[in-house]
Amino acid sequence: MKELKLMKGNEALAEAAIRAGCDAYFGYPITPQSEVLEYLSREAEARTGMVVLQAESEVASINMVYGAAGTGKKSMTSSSSPGVSLMQEGISYIACAELPCLLVNVNRGGPGLGTIQPSQGDYFQTVKGGGHGDYKLIVLAPSTVQEMADFVDLSFELAFKYRNPVMILSDGALGQMMEKVELQPQKERTIMPGLDEWATIGKPANRSHNVITSLHIQPDKMEEINIHLQKKYRTIEENEVRVEMINCEDAEYIITAYGLVARICTKAAELAREKGIKVGVIRPITLFPFPVKEISDMAGKVKAILDVEMNAGQMVEDVRLSVNGKVPVEFYGRMGGIVPTPEEILVAFEEKILGGAK
Amino acid sequence: MNEKTMLDDEHYENVLREESICTTENLVYERPETLLDTPLHYCPGCGHGVVHRLIAEVIDELGIQEQTIGVAPVGCAVFAYNYLNIDMSEAAHGRASAVATGIKRVMPEKYVFSYQGDGDLAAIGTAETIHTCNRGENLLIIFINNGIYGMTGGQMAPTTLPGMKSTTSPFGRNVKSMGAPLKITDLVAQLPGTYYVTRQSVHKPANVRKTKKAILKGFQYQKEDKGTCFVEVVSNCPSNWKMTPLESNKFLEDQMLPFYPLGDLKTPERKEN
Repeated sequence: MKELKLMKGNEALAEAAIRAGCDAYFGYPITPQSEVLEYLSREAEARTGMVVLQAESEVASINMVYGAAGTGKKSMTSSSSPGVSLMQEGISYIACAELPCLLVNVNRGGPGLGTIQPSQGDYFQTVKGGGHGDYKLIVLAPSTVQEMADFVDLSFELAFKYRNPVMILSDGALGQMMEKVELQPQKERTIMPGLDEWATIGKPANRSHNVITSLHIQPDKMEEINIHLQKKYRTIEENEVRVEMINCEDAEYIITAYGLVARICTKAAELAREKGIKVGVIRPITLFPFPVKEISDMAGKVKAILDVEMNAGQMVEDVRLSVNGKVPVEFYGRMGGIVPTPEEILVAFEEKILGGAK
Repeated sequence: MNEKTMLDDEHYENVLREESICTTENLVYERPETLLDTPLHYCPGCGHGVVHRLIAEVIDELGIQEQTIGVAPVGCAVFAYNYLNIDMSEAAHGRASAVATGIKRVMPEKYVFSYQGDGDLAAIGTAETIHTCNRGENLLIIFINNGIYGMTGGQMAPTTLPGMKSTTSPFGRNVKSMGAPLKITDLVAQLPGTYYVTRQSVHKPANVRKTKKAILKGFQYQKEDKGTCFVEVVSNCPSNWKMTPLESNKFLEDQMLPFYPLGDLKTPERKEN
């Protein structure tokens, strides 16, 4: 049954977690994402028996996720930038131990304690590693409250498919703003298949014990683990790229942007088209795996690309690697919690790409 | 006949003699079911092996091998999962009680315990330890206190005695500049969430038996959903104390135990709160 509600992004995500049959949430309050913990504390246990626990720190919450995810339960946490920084050690362990779970970052402006306003300053941290060692998260970047909800179930699906942590990289505006959202029906909380092969669920007499660890002290074994992980990441790159191409068919120029900024850039592109400039928008939905091929193919058909982000220029590096010098790639960004307007993006586009206003 | 051959012959004779005694009828002691047939990596005389065995014996006696999940620390016991034949999770340094919390919360019907050293539990993991105990998580924490960082090679621990030498307190622990040893077991005994808090040792057979009883109680109370049980085992570190095993046991008795006195700190009969 179709159920339409007006909800905050954070609340939509929390509601979607309950409906996805999530088993456990461990979190710590931090603006601008505390509504996730608040909503779940209020709603979850009575409705599905889902465990919701306020931990003493983000360090504790990520390690509780490590423990719970190790039993094969659908486990998650959410936080905002400084809190996610605190979790990085645990995320590295989770990635190496190949534990399926959902992590959410409602990105706020940094560095440091920064601001509680929206930012995309954590792209590098999320996509390039963040913690120590060679690992990848599957990263989904919603641009609407609807996607804040939809990506929860998708995240658990991907997490269990690849036994890999999945991060929803949102921002403070998406977390706080209200939009209509269509909610999926309630899923049963179920025991996932295949847990006897790897999870710590209690060892029956007929199998050897399962151990969850990221410690492989012999270098040849540790390299073997690394090779296995890299192979998995290549499979993910082959199968899981998600990208939205907006008005790209006849485009002479492209704007690349993700998340909330992609919506603003879509409006900026419309303003450009009103002036007769054919601009399309490429919105990577998965930041890892990155839509390298889609951007590379499009680079062969257009004159120039402008990348727009709420940071000092992070995803632009991946855009440039994808374009590989075929056409110029310029960057426009706002920092510190400032959200750019469509009009200022158009001005930036004209200055940086066209060499002045048309 | 050279020396080596003589030794070999002597050894062979000993083996023959032992074989005649080692018959099923004479068997009084064997490896517990829950202890894997893997040579321990611990140094000679170290208490870890004894405590591992006690955990295995208790799990066997309670018949809960299939329902028990353990959490190993970072430290000398990081490989505890190589010896205990139960599902186990290896935690990040200091986070074992948070990992155990995550496991127990989603599988409340299982027996969950963490096994942690003093650096892990009382330095880097202090916050997790205190809050796990304060929430009264229904799990067992086994805390091995040997007053030193073993795995990294003998650095000062939060539990290193005043005046005690380590590689990072080479002139002895100066309480004025390095702080006093943290009696974290006394601290968690004050928290309403803990149900049973005790300090034991494994340096003498009588103490080994008491420690076993403490671990047994820890699991039994967990079955009754009583809250956090906390068993400290004052132990030794011959390698990093730079002593023979016997000397280390003497040091334990003469120096460690006066500072960390053995006995129950909190029992169902004698609640601190």
